[in-house]
Amino acid sequence: MTPQVTDGRPVWGLLAEFATPDDLVHAAASVRDAGYTRWDAHTPFPVHGLDGAMGIRSTRLPYLVLAAAIAGATGGLVMQWWMNAVDYPLIISGKPFNSLPASIPVTFELTVLFAALTAFFGMLVANALPRFHHPLFASQAFRRVTTDAFFLAIEAKDPRFDRAATERLLVGARATRVTAIEG
Amino acid sequence: MGVATIGRVSRDNTSADPTVRAPLVLPGNDYASVTDKVCGIVESPTPPKAWYVAFGVASTLTGVLGAVVLYLITTGVGVWGLNKPVSWGFDITNFVFWVGIGHAGTLISAILYLFRQKWRTGINRFAEAMTIFAVICALMFPGIHVGRIWLEYWIAPLPNQMSMWPNFRSPLLWDFFAVGTYFTVSLCFWYMGLIPDIATLRDRATGKVRTIAYGIAALGWTGSNRHWHRYERAYLLLAALATPLVLSVHSIVSFDFATSMLPGWHATIFPPYFVAGAIFGGFAMVLLLAVPCRQWFGLKDVITPRHLENMCKILLATGMMVGYAYAIEFFISWYSGNPAEGFVFINRAFGPYAWAYWTMVFCNVVTPQVFWSRRARSNPWIIFGVALCVNVGMWFERFVIIVTTLSRDFLPSSWNSYTPTWVEVLTLLGSFGLFFTLFLLFLRFLPMVAMAEVKAIMPVPHPPERR
Repeated sequence: MTPQVTDGRPVWGLLAEFATPDDLVHAAASVRDAGYTRWDAHTPFPVHGLDGAMGIRSTRLPYLVLAAAIAGATGGLVMQWWMNAVDYPLIISGKPFNSLPASIPVTFELTVLFAALTAFFGMLVANALPRFHHPLFASQAFRRVTTDAFFLAIEAKDPRFDRAATERLLVGARATRVTAIEG
Repeated sequence: MGVATIGRVSRDNTSADPTVRAPLVLPGNDYASVTDKVCGIVESPTPPKAWYVAFGVASTLTGVLGAVVLYLITTGVGVWGLNKPVSWGFDITNFVFWVGIGHAGTLISAILYLFRQKWRTGINRFAEAMTIFAVICALMFPGIHVGRIWLEYWIAPLPNQMSMWPNFRSPLLWDFFAVGTYFTVSLCFWYMGLIPDIATLRDRATGKVRTIAYGIAALGWTGSNRHWHRYERAYLLLAALATPLVLSVHSIVSFDFATSMLPGWHATIFPPYFVAGAIFGGFAMVLLLAVPCRQWFGLKDVITPRHLENMCKILLATGMMVGYAYAIEFFISWYSGNPAEGFVFINRAFGPYAWAYWTMVFCNVVTPQVFWSRRARSNPWIIFGVALCVNVGMWFERFVIIVTTLSRDFLPSSWNSYTPTWVEVLTLLGSFGLFFTLFLLFLRFLPMVAMAEVKAIMPVPHPPERR
């Protein structure tokens, strides 16, 4: 059965507000222990200890960035070798066509460029941003999430979601207010 | 909501007592008040009068810049006072000056982040903005000094009608890659830091235009902790990448000089000397911007006396590194036993450009010494004055390096002097106009303090009364 709010529209999930970051961390640990999977915490700044309390696995972004750095370094070296030593050998002061020391600055810059762009865009892609619509944006209270409010949202799609039981769990975890969000 | 109060303590947070952790946001503030203070600047219907005056002057100078650049492009580089042997003058001096200014922003945002210097959060946002705008000014100069700017793409490794590739053994090409990468990475870093704060502006926006504009720029940020997790990791990676990058950029800029054979340029000390000078000049610019901004926009609680004092100490330290480099240059020119090298340095200090040399020494080595005194480090007027001096001194440093060497090379028959034309002087003034126009627009439309980062270093609020 799909959970309903009073006027009959389907529920996207429950939004619980907490007074302090500490309360949120404790609540996140209980929600994690209760076995929920489709839920998230929303905070104005990264809260220390919340990753562990939510059981978030460490992101694989650093490996992606390492791969990009290796690609940038290889690409930079191969490009300079091919352009200056193979495709159009340039005679400059009788120096060797392919010389590693002279290739280092451009190779280094391309390594950093590739890695940094991957870190930035990789973060956005992994976070599925930009995303201009989110059910939580409908909540007036949620606007304070970027100022001083600490929230925890559990989606109705979560297999363990049960309107009453989930609300009890959140209130029991010291939520100051729990509201249903329409989907 | 609990208020982060630390009781009634003094608002002077410059205490050097190591047993007391000095607050980085002055007491009496909580998360909401930080948001109110920073967003209030952007949300107020009219900026302070000083903003209008500054913007009027800056945008006029930007207009002048546009006019003189147009004159240069349509007429040719002959409108500048450059000729043989002084083929670099104001253009490259300005380029090196502006690139150097940018370095302090990256130092604050990346290197101090890696070293966990939490005080950086009060100043990193506008220091990063300063970096972006300074690098824009810097990139303009090599762009316009080439003469035929429509052939500029020849420097990029793109297929062209000559079927030739650029010469990768040229330091000027390394420069293109270094400064281009630096600009791109700084922009990513800056924008990434802005995302959560633009989301704050979006959530507080009342008008339709602001809601849509900030809504698009915030990319739909919800403060999700799953997002914060990747965000923080990516931020750390960017800091770790920007740190060697910023050191490489001014090193490569110094290669433009050091790899040549000219006396006064051909020196192994150049990369560290240039990097120290860049950080020195950049911090002076950060102070020059921070002192009036915190006054005009009521940000004294966030950009505290301690922030200013820390920056003064960095200015003192890097100023002495620069002074050491000046001394070592002289020592090596004597110790090398090379007559041409020795002559160039004697000529710098006592030749026709001696006035520029001693201006540089006075501004860069002598004036920062006042910061040994704690009273000088806590007086905004003295800080502002010294910062201004250092900016002048660092501009003259590049002028002295470039012009004294070029005007007196190995062959006395080719010696000549260099005087800038009015076009060059107006281009320099115009570049300041462009920089301040961009910076003032940033102050008006974007949060000048990284709110999310400042909140993360504030004391956690006490839980309110339980029912």
